[in-house]
Amino acid sequence: MTDRASGNGYSVIGRSLPKVDGLRKATGRTVYADDLDLPRMLYGKLLGSRRPHARIVSIDVSRAEALRGVKAIITGKDLPVKYGILPVSEDEYPLEIDRVRFVGDPIVAVAAVDEMTAEEAVRLIDVEYEDLPTAFDIEEGLAPIDEADRIHDYGAHGNVHKEVHLEFGDLDAGFEAATHVFENTYFYSGNNHLAMEQHAAVADYGADGKLTLWSSTQTPHYVHKALAKVLEMPAGRIRVIATPVGGGFGGKSDPFPHEFCAAKLSMATGRPVKITLTREEVFYAHRGRHPVLMQVKLGVMDDGSITALDFQSFIDGGGYGSYGVASTYYTGALQTVTYKIPAYRFRGVRVFTNKPPCGPKRGHGTPQPRYALEIHLDRVAEALGLDPAAYRKSICVDEYTMTANHMRVTSCGLRECIDRVVEASDFAVLRDTLPEGQGIGIGIGSYLSGAGLPIYWNKMPHTSVDLKVDRGGGVTAKCMQIDIGQGSDSVLAMTVAEVLGIEQDDVKLICADTDTTPIDLGAYSSRVTFMMGNAAIQAAEKIREKILAAAAEKLEIDGEALAAGTERLRAAHGHIVHEIDGIPSGKSIAFRDAVPLAEAKFGQLSSTGSYTPQKLAGPYKGSGVGPTPAYSYSAAVVRVDVDTETGIVTPEKVWIGHDIGRAINPTLVRGQIDGSVYMALGEIFMEEQVFRKGLHQFPSMLDYKSLTFLEMPPVESFLVETEDAEGPFGAKEVGQGPLLPMPPAVANAIYNAVGVRIDELPITPEKVMAALDRKAKGESPRFGPDGVPDYEWPQPIKVDPVWYDQPPEEWVETKRRKPC
Amino acid sequence: MNISADNGSTIAERLRLRVNDERHDLVVALNKTLLEVLREDLGLTGTKHGCELGECGTCTVLIDGEPMLSCLLLPIELQDCEIETVESLAQGGHPHELQIAFAEFGASQCGYCTPGMMMSAKALLDEIPRPSRDQIKKHLAGNLCRCTGYLQILEAIEIAAKRRDAARPMPLDDGLEGSDGGEDGVVEVAAE
Repeated sequence: MTDRASGNGYSVIGRSLPKVDGLRKATGRTVYADDLDLPRMLYGKLLGSRRPHARIVSIDVSRAEALRGVKAIITGKDLPVKYGILPVSEDEYPLEIDRVRFVGDPIVAVAAVDEMTAEEAVRLIDVEYEDLPTAFDIEEGLAPIDEADRIHDYGAHGNVHKEVHLEFGDLDAGFEAATHVFENTYFYSGNNHLAMEQHAAVADYGADGKLTLWSSTQTPHYVHKALAKVLEMPAGRIRVIATPVGGGFGGKSDPFPHEFCAAKLSMATGRPVKITLTREEVFYAHRGRHPVLMQVKLGVMDDGSITALDFQSFIDGGGYGSYGVASTYYTGALQTVTYKIPAYRFRGVRVFTNKPPCGPKRGHGTPQPRYALEIHLDRVAEALGLDPAAYRKSICVDEYTMTANHMRVTSCGLRECIDRVVEASDFAVLRDTLPEGQGIGIGIGSYLSGAGLPIYWNKMPHTSVDLKVDRGGGVTAKCMQIDIGQGSDSVLAMTVAEVLGIEQDDVKLICADTDTTPIDLGAYSSRVTFMMGNAAIQAAEKIREKILAAAAEKLEIDGEALAAGTERLRAAHGHIVHEIDGIPSGKSIAFRDAVPLAEAKFGQLSSTGSYTPQKLAGPYKGSGVGPTPAYSYSAAVVRVDVDTETGIVTPEKVWIGHDIGRAINPTLVRGQIDGSVYMALGEIFMEEQVFRKGLHQFPSMLDYKSLTFLEMPPVESFLVETEDAEGPFGAKEVGQGPLLPMPPAVANAIYNAVGVRIDELPITPEKVMAALDRKAKGESPRFGPDGVPDYEWPQPIKVDPVWYDQPPEEWVETKRRKPC
Repeated sequence: MNISADNGSTIAERLRLRVNDERHDLVVALNKTLLEVLREDLGLTGTKHGCELGECGTCTVLIDGEPMLSCLLLPIELQDCEIETVESLAQGGHPHELQIAFAEFGASQCGYCTPGMMMSAKALLDEIPRPSRDQIKKHLAGNLCRCTGYLQILEAIEIAAKRRDAARPMPLDDGLEGSDGGEDGVVEVAAE
């Protein structure tokens, strides 16, 4: 990290304090879901389908039932209610009833006295299948199919789950005006989150008819909602507690079969039931990155300025809907928030295939188009003789503008991010001077600081924080948010401490429990810092007001002078200090001494703060995906070494600039950047889901390769603080955005090194060698898909673009929050 | 003492294990791994699992000071060994230097790989008090982490090593000289 937040006027914000749960984690005392052990607890196991697509003819559990130690067996008929994370695609049963759609699709659940007995029981279950025609990739998913053989009986047609056709502005005129049109095809493979912790849940149903579920989930609220629906129980009798999540990255954002089954098995036995997935089962539960095939057609003028963009996405969804409708829109939503694109067309189609369902993974639907677009722009820059970094800067969006597809851009530090990495890496010089085999490349990206809309339609807050002050001066903050490692617990504690003028350690947290904490929608879309932070500020300001009033009374301070602003009370470092014209008058009172005075004056000191994003969606169907209260921006430069004998590419160093708005805790911000870079490098070079007839080729951590200490290059990160007007203390997101510029930056660096374009992730040595061979033979020096299927798109929804020079006045005037 | 199944085969055996300097008399199923015995029979849930196939390093414990994967070990073979888990690191309520540094420098995000990482790091520092960055990478290459990108873990280990070294009396003739870190804070053992 190069920047240090200092002298920013805050007493807590901007300090690299230890993570609030750091020591607990380092001493092995954090209790994850699988660490729970309740009296008389049983162990559950799921039987997954052995066929990729089949009708279930019969299920015989009699041999399993006869096994000693087996306490309950349930099948799909015991849980016959469909669910799904998105209301538009509720297409899953906890246990499938008459049809399975991928190998591993759960069919039966068993509870037994121990895990081995449960496993043995699962082996004794006999299932008779009748195979159905399969679709294993995008092309097969698009093929016409008999009605009876469709993977699902809903969607556009055949195995097409979702199709989108949106048009903003006059495409034809845009391409006509262009002096150059560039067209190319790209492919981004699917991959898994590979969180170190396997999913686990413990359910405990009591004789009082109340159910508690502990689960390693990123979204306790949605799990709560889904449990009530599927179990047909009042939500008020169900309590969901998200245990500290041992890595999520999007992989624990859906309600999962094992959660419902643990609950139902506990109801069937009257005993607690734990189900922990094996690593292999996690690979099949999946919900990872969608494989996406993309066609990019870009019209530009001689100076590179964009006249029109036509973008097509073909998306391999796997066996169920999951977040797929949103993922489809996301492959088209954010191209416009980085570059000025006056006319834009997006066509996207997601197909069901007989593979584990895809879902949200870090960057959710946006790393794929970003990969395509950023390589595409590198091609444009080269063809037009432009410096790729300067070129990008010349077409960047400006802050406080609207995009053609009605996305509202507010603070934007993209140009500064580019400047920082270009300068630090010596990009401008090195891109022309590195020897053959060494190269340097650039990419940029943008991500949401929280989705502007909730997953199910409602007008309620997206998040709330409750505060309670005890008479000793301790403050308890409650919020349903769940720390998945990203540091949201620290954000909550630091935010409350800042506003109240106390220290991080004075704030105690109760989180992620649907019984005791107020709503937070979950750890997804990089929403927690921005939304919960704002709610926490609001709650803390309410308490502070009372404490300052009591302090003013005690210190006998003139109320009129306070109201006029010539005098003030400042809360910081555990004290409330009286200042006249900014200079301490000598009067002060400790926070803990002011608390009882305030409680005597006002009663119990409690408060609630909430946050609901303002209405941001544009006037068209699908406009709900993409808007956010604030976009983060990133730029990365990567230096690589390419071994032309073996095709092995070694990333030597990464420079990355990120517009964080405000770094609440710079060490934690840097950790998110490093982690994003790392995860991107895995996707770029080695992580890939490969299936053979529906069977995962590498459902293990040995064969599914990820980076170790030895492959991780040094990362130099630059925090660009644009102080977003709506963000808490100006903060925006960092959990996902920094992944985005990496894949294209590496691909562009490889081109710079050896002159071959790898338009398909992962970039394996085989692909590099194939492209080098073609280059040597004088053929197109490229490895990538040849084209996209000729798809009959639906009629477009035509939307008038918003001209990006006309920001609505009301959001320019938004007041900056800066409590002090 | 054996406990037999209905068909006469031995399914459980009495074991004596020494874990974190405490002796335990146990009767456990023979096929249970050390990982399972630690977590399920001894309540030492600090040791985690990521694959139970010896692939990820998450379940690393020390056997006679050597980092080993508890998911691949059978307790019956370890009766004469000293087994150390993450719970042994803090002494008398005081966290180990590694634990403090991990918490301070962002080396634990989700924290799930941390106990295993910590045990590998402890074994390294016990053997090489001031390891180079390359030595740390090589020694910990078997421990996977999905959150941090490893960089803050490297820093935390380097800082812990430096602090530990500074706290202990330095023998005059061991040939080690602590450097203050060169470029990007790399702590190196000076060449002889």
